Amino acid sequence: MRRELPMIVAFVAGLILILQFFIPALRDVSESVQNWVIVVAAFAIAVGAFNLLRVNYMKIRFRRADWPFSVVLIAGFVVMVVVGLSGLDFVREGGSAVPAAVGAPTAATAAAGAPTAGTAVAVAAAPRGALTVKLGQGIEVGTVFDWLFTYLMFPMSGTMFALLAFFVASAAYRAFRARTVEATLLLVSAFIVMLGQVPLGSFWVPAWWPFFLTPDWLKDKIMEIGNTAGQRAILIGASLGVVSTSLRILLGIERSYLGEE
Amino acid sequence: MARYAFLRITFLCLVVAASAAGAEGTLRAADGLTVTDTPLDAGGSVDVAWQPSPDDAAGKLKVLGYELWRASSATGTYTKLVDADAGLATYSYTDATAVTGAEYFYKVRVRGEKMSTDTAPTGPAVSRVQWFHPERLNMLVASILLSAFILYYIAQARAGKELFIRRIAGLEAVQEAVGRATEMGKPVLFVPGIADVDDIQTIAALTILGRVATMVAEYEAALIVPCIRSLVMSTAQEVVKEAYLEAGRPDAYRPENIRYLTDDQFGYVAGVDGIMMREKPAANFYLGTFYAESLILAETGHAIGAIQIAGTAMPSQLPFFITACDYTLIGEELFAASAYLSREPRLLGSILGQDWGKVVILFFILAGAVTAVIAQFDVTIGGYSINLAQLFVVR
Repeated sequence: MRRELPMIVAFVAGLILILQFFIPALRDVSESVQNWVIVVAAFAIAVGAFNLLRVNYMKIRFRRADWPFSVVLIAGFVVMVVVGLSGLDFVREGGSAVPAAVGAPTAATAAAGAPTAGTAVAVAAAPRGALTVKLGQGIEVGTVFDWLFTYLMFPMSGTMFALLAFFVASAAYRAFRARTVEATLLLVSAFIVMLGQVPLGSFWVPAWWPFFLTPDWLKDKIMEIGNTAGQRAILIGASLGVVSTSLRILLGIERSYLGEE
Repeated sequence: MARYAFLRITFLCLVVAASAAGAEGTLRAADGLTVTDTPLDAGGSVDVAWQPSPDDAAGKLKVLGYELWRASSATGTYTKLVDADAGLATYSYTDATAVTGAEYFYKVRVRGEKMSTDTAPTGPAVSRVQWFHPERLNMLVASILLSAFILYYIAQARAGKELFIRRIAGLEAVQEAVGRATEMGKPVLFVPGIADVDDIQTIAALTILGRVATMVAEYEAALIVPCIRSLVMSTAQEVVKEAYLEAGRPDAYRPENIRYLTDDQFGYVAGVDGIMMREKPAANFYLGTFYAESLILAETGHAIGAIQIAGTAMPSQLPFFITACDYTLIGEELFAASAYLSREPRLLGSILGQDWGKVVILFFILAGAVTAVIAQFDVTIGGYSINLAQLFVVR
């Protein structure tokens, strides 16, 4: 039953989701099934978090290679959980909201020996309120959790994304060497498309130049005909593969995902 | 006579003006109230729509808003459903509290400053269950046809018929990659994509993981599987454990090698890159759903000198994998991998059935292309100009 039960669940759930596409009456049932998946996935987050902590704790405990990184990971994990769950926030209460400003000289500032009219004089800042710690503020904009997310998490993600620029350059350098016919075709088409994408590509074209030899026109034809046809062919093949694999899983022919042949 | 005629004309003008502009003290009802069963649903829903009152415009009597009321009969007790502000060009509301099969009557009340006016009750509207989506009939036929091909060839395979599948270089290289890692004493890295287990590409990747894990267990190498989703990690652990069990090496299974990193896309990439730089795997597998991180992974793997086999059905990421990896499984090859590596007849039969489905699609693409070309031309026959496509119209 250990093998049969998951297969039965997969078959019934899959059948419902397929049939609801053609039978509107089953839409509510299908939505319930999908909500159950969301609930299961939510519980699975705890499983993943526990695995993450356990693996890194063992690295620290047995001083395996690069164990200090695990300390950083666990510290970051704990900080975000504590800050997020507690809704920690630092707010200033009391005092004036107006910060220090630069204003025109007044009689009072003149009497105090400040420069004469026409010169800007720093006005004494209104006292700011005392900094207090508040809990239960959630993870809204302005809270510590939001600050950590916005000023640590986002820049780090952006940094990783920015690496793509360098990796594209290094991959292009290797791929565009014209050693084979295919590589030469790749190089020529990439050159035409890049030239067609920038204003400089059309800048040098004289008036008498045939339109079908301009980078713009060639780029459009490569993208609209060649590239689109290739992508559609891949999508058609992949879609058929998806149908075939799904059918094999629903019928229990493919059982590798359960851990058996 | 002239005076009476003048009075009659004046009176008529006043009547016309009053009816056109709304006589003082009356507020005209909303126009065009329609109530229909919500199409293509599971019942329990009625669509109501109406146009604003002719008085709901600048210069007329002021309309403050509209109210939609419902009752079980035209003369029954009405219940207010919703309020709506004045000033819109058209109004619509979906009554999702209707009981399937029950009759309902609706009316719209126009609310003015000093008075309100109701439309006549409109109905009965009955919410019904729709049991078939007629616009998806073509999809149903295509699905049945494709499924029939697949099931037929699975049956053929079960009956013992020899089935041919062409050589796929990327899959032939799996054993070579695992062997290389074993010789170098380095681990094998398997990245099952960045989607959850409900994505079919992830399932395809996990089925290949089972085959790779069996090879790794037999060759006594190490296998590292970083996962981006907890459910993928749980499934992968089960798959790899069973693979080690099947290979007769349950003692070699290391659950800590199949680990969860993070749900964040670039955090996961950073983690995998860190594993690559520290563990220096000799063979990298990137199989499943990938997005922008594909090139980051592939280039880092290239930098450490690993042999790389990638496979995805994402057309936008395939060029990156083809450029940076040694072998790439393109689209359907990823889904054929499980059948290819196991050589099980039933799985091979499904591949053949899927290929015949491709033949049918190819036929329709060609037929559509030819028809589209024919439709471009007009021909003059006997003084009459006709479009060639009309010759194929059945009358």
